[in-house]
Amino acid sequence: MNIPILSVMTFTPLVGAVIIPFLPKGRDTLVKWIALISTLPALLCAAWIFYAFQRGVAEMQFVEGPLEWIAAYHIQYYLGIDGLATPMAILTPLISTICIIASWNISKQVKGYFSLFLLLQTGMTGVFVALDFFLFYIFWEVMLLPMYFLIGIWGGPRREYAAIKFFLYTLLGSVMMLLVMIAFYFYSDGNTFNILKLADQSIHIGPMTAHSFRLICWLGLMIGFAIKVPVFPFHTWLPDAHVEAPTAISVILAGILLKMGTYGMIRFCFPIFPDITFELAKWIAIFGMINIIYGALCAMAQKDFKRLIAYSSISHMGFCLLGMASFTSEGMNGAVLQMFNHGTITAQLFLIVGIIYDRVHHRDIDGFGGLAHIMPRYAVWTAIAFFAALGLPGLSGFISEALVFLGAFKMWPVITAISAVGVVLTAAYILWTYQRIFLGAKNEKYAGLPEINWRETVTLAPLALIVLILGIYPKALLDIMNATLVSINAIFIK
Amino acid sequence: MPNLYSLQFFIPELILVFVSLALILASAGRQGLRPARVQAGWSKDLPIYISITGLVLSFIFVVRQFAVGSPPLFWGLLILDKPAVFFKLIFVVTALIVIIFSAFNISAIRRSCEYYALISGAVLGMNLLAMADNILMIYLALEFVSLTSYLLVGWDKSSPKSGEAALKYVLYGAVASGVFLFGSSIYYGLTGTLDIGPLTAAFCHTSAYKMAGLFMLAGFFYKIAAVPLQAWCPDAYEGAPTPVTAFLSVAPKSAGFAVLIRVFGEIGGTLGWPIIIAAISAVTMTFGNLSAIPQNNLKRLLAYSSIAHAGYLLMGVACATAGGDKAVSFYFIAYLIMNLGAFLVVQMAGEELSSYSGLARRGGYGALIAIAMTVFLLSLTGVPPFFGFVGKFYLFSAVIDAKLYWLAIVGIINSVISLYYYMRVVKTMFFDEAVSADSFAKPDRTLTALLIILSLATVVFGLYWQWFSRLVEFVTAG
Repeated sequence: MNIPILSVMTFTPLVGAVIIPFLPKGRDTLVKWIALISTLPALLCAAWIFYAFQRGVAEMQFVEGPLEWIAAYHIQYYLGIDGLATPMAILTPLISTICIIASWNISKQVKGYFSLFLLLQTGMTGVFVALDFFLFYIFWEVMLLPMYFLIGIWGGPRREYAAIKFFLYTLLGSVMMLLVMIAFYFYSDGNTFNILKLADQSIHIGPMTAHSFRLICWLGLMIGFAIKVPVFPFHTWLPDAHVEAPTAISVILAGILLKMGTYGMIRFCFPIFPDITFELAKWIAIFGMINIIYGALCAMAQKDFKRLIAYSSISHMGFCLLGMASFTSEGMNGAVLQMFNHGTITAQLFLIVGIIYDRVHHRDIDGFGGLAHIMPRYAVWTAIAFFAALGLPGLSGFISEALVFLGAFKMWPVITAISAVGVVLTAAYILWTYQRIFLGAKNEKYAGLPEINWRETVTLAPLALIVLILGIYPKALLDIMNATLVSINAIFIK
Repeated sequence: MPNLYSLQFFIPELILVFVSLALILASAGRQGLRPARVQAGWSKDLPIYISITGLVLSFIFVVRQFAVGSPPLFWGLLILDKPAVFFKLIFVVTALIVIIFSAFNISAIRRSCEYYALISGAVLGMNLLAMADNILMIYLALEFVSLTSYLLVGWDKSSPKSGEAALKYVLYGAVASGVFLFGSSIYYGLTGTLDIGPLTAAFCHTSAYKMAGLFMLAGFFYKIAAVPLQAWCPDAYEGAPTPVTAFLSVAPKSAGFAVLIRVFGEIGGTLGWPIIIAAISAVTMTFGNLSAIPQNNLKRLLAYSSIAHAGYLLMGVACATAGGDKAVSFYFIAYLIMNLGAFLVVQMAGEELSSYSGLARRGGYGALIAIAMTVFLLSLTGVPPFFGFVGKFYLFSAVIDAKLYWLAIVGIINSVISLYYYMRVVKTMFFDEAVSADSFAKPDRTLTALLIILSLATVVFGLYWQWFSRLVEFVTAG
């Protein structure tokens, strides 16, 4: 089989994005179906990748290229996925398809919405499959634009502020990355943007061999990625963007965009600057700890349901940082598994917020109460997602958090011990929220609320299923990741 | 090379001279006709056709000049090297696009012979400036370009703003060229020659020599609208008719850079320019970007944006490397397309920001214009996958290669600042309520086609720019 499967997965949504604006006016349902149909090939590709990916191989698979793109700068079209990229490459089409279904109730400027959404999907997929730094950068930036419009046009009351804040923050991060990228090009032997070649320390030349210059480059990349994660002092765009974005876009933001930050750290900072990463690993762990505790404390203080989930994302992404800073195979596996799990769990949480918001048009946690009497099935779906988020054994969140702690404790016992408090805090705010929304006396104001419908169930069910399966049988994903992560880790053990 | 012998390399310029004179004669011939007959008769679009034919011919002959090597013309007053040919192409293409703008402008310029004569004349002056290799020639060409520009800016006689703009332009221009002349006279006094060329004499280290260089920079900074000689720019841009503004924002700026690069390459090093230019570059882009933020008039906003772009381009000059020159040349290709595109939108949709409110929601053409404008503005910001990003990529590459890291950091921070005011326009078009419920009036077909071509070019060349990369490689190879 010689189908360029990664290209198909990346660019079929783009085809949809180009077709949709030319569809006749007023045919909104048609637009939605076309959007759904153009994401399906990507989903099938993802399924095929999951099936055909060779377990136990650390190298890149499904490689396409390298093909010459711009000869003058040795820019190549070069795609491939390994154990680090594959979970994300599978997650992206999955979440995107679910989001298209979740966006079925969009009624304002439908063509624009779905066209931009599909463009966004192309950008996101491209980031995870690109092996050329320049190509990676193009995909990374292509994503910003649709995101800006999706928040700014279809968002909540403060959408304009949130949209420009998101754009400025992320652009600041990415231009720093741009400079480092150019520095790589000039200070690598043979002038290359090839990510795999750059990991070879022997081709670094000139200032790129000097410690201080490497430190600055490392920081440039790291801050670029940290803004995306977001790591503690750079996180302020996230609650705004999340709260104002429409439901499906919040899901994309939390489910996929945040992972790009941690993915970038492991893909670039770790193999290309192993010395600096090792030197500053303590700080990665400390910032991970701050994220976990600070995010959880902020979440606890929120009155807005969606803002609470946004802060819980910050907290959960902290586990990824803590895990990757451990330089143990458990910690690394935990971090990447946490990226995937957080994608599925938080996607559910945001969908759940969206479902209730569509019905009552507010998100005030204290304004509900007793919903379990009115919408029992909704309460059950929420319970699954909530328990997964707080790390209940048997659900996927537990596995990744446990792996992270196992790995991190060997390297950073004190930091890990403090971070463990975060688990308790998480349980506290999640259970407290569940109690305030679903338990207690029946709120007569909402007695007539309709139960969760089949479309909403379709969006939640696959994610809940994955959470259950990975909770019981994490090997399904760990097998894919392990070989690559062990080989990245091997750089540091030397 | 002797004068008569030089003429064979001077054909594009001779064509432009001929076109300008023919248009002036045609204008004189029209004087006897009643206005109604001019409007209705066969000759109504004649100036447009004459000038387009002349420019296209000139374009063809300029392209052929890539093959002639780099002969010095007219006893070394001019030199016809590849960078000069490249910039001449930029001027001609800009002029052609601007003439298409003008042909569909509603104001008086549309059918006026003199207007087109001035555009051709300005291109002639800029050709001379790009080729000039002698200080006297540079001064004359600078004045030539400036004089035609003053007239073009003040073209709209019914508008007081246009007159004011022209006056400001003239006053600043007079100061700048006076300072330039002062500097050149010191230079002449020290070196005893008007030719620019590498010097090794002992006086290169004297402060008088350095001061001469500093004063000479004034003339160039005025032309490219760099701080501290940028003050004319927003007023002139706002007051001039939109096609003229579009022309001014690209052509004279690139002419200024063409001559700056030449002089810098020959004597800039001994005059201590690299550090001055790097500093001016940082100040100019920061000033341009910060001043653009509160603007509510699109022409003023784009004027400040063009000041900022002068700053970005100066980064390339400050590198003092072949890579820097390559980046500047490359950036001008991108700048031509995206900036003319943005001004085309201004001509189609108006110059006040308020008239852009909800443009995207006002039916098919409104949405088309809004999308095209978004493409141009993001390209000006330097966001992929647009052509402007590639230009910025070349510039930053050159700056990093020249190890001017601090300048690169100032540059990227400025890119982020610029995003804010460009996106303010985008926000107005897409997020705000529409000014009226009526759908946007159908614009002219030719202009719409031009708009689509320019915006597609901005996207396509942003993804594949191998040809331009080869072109600038070839041009700067020496």
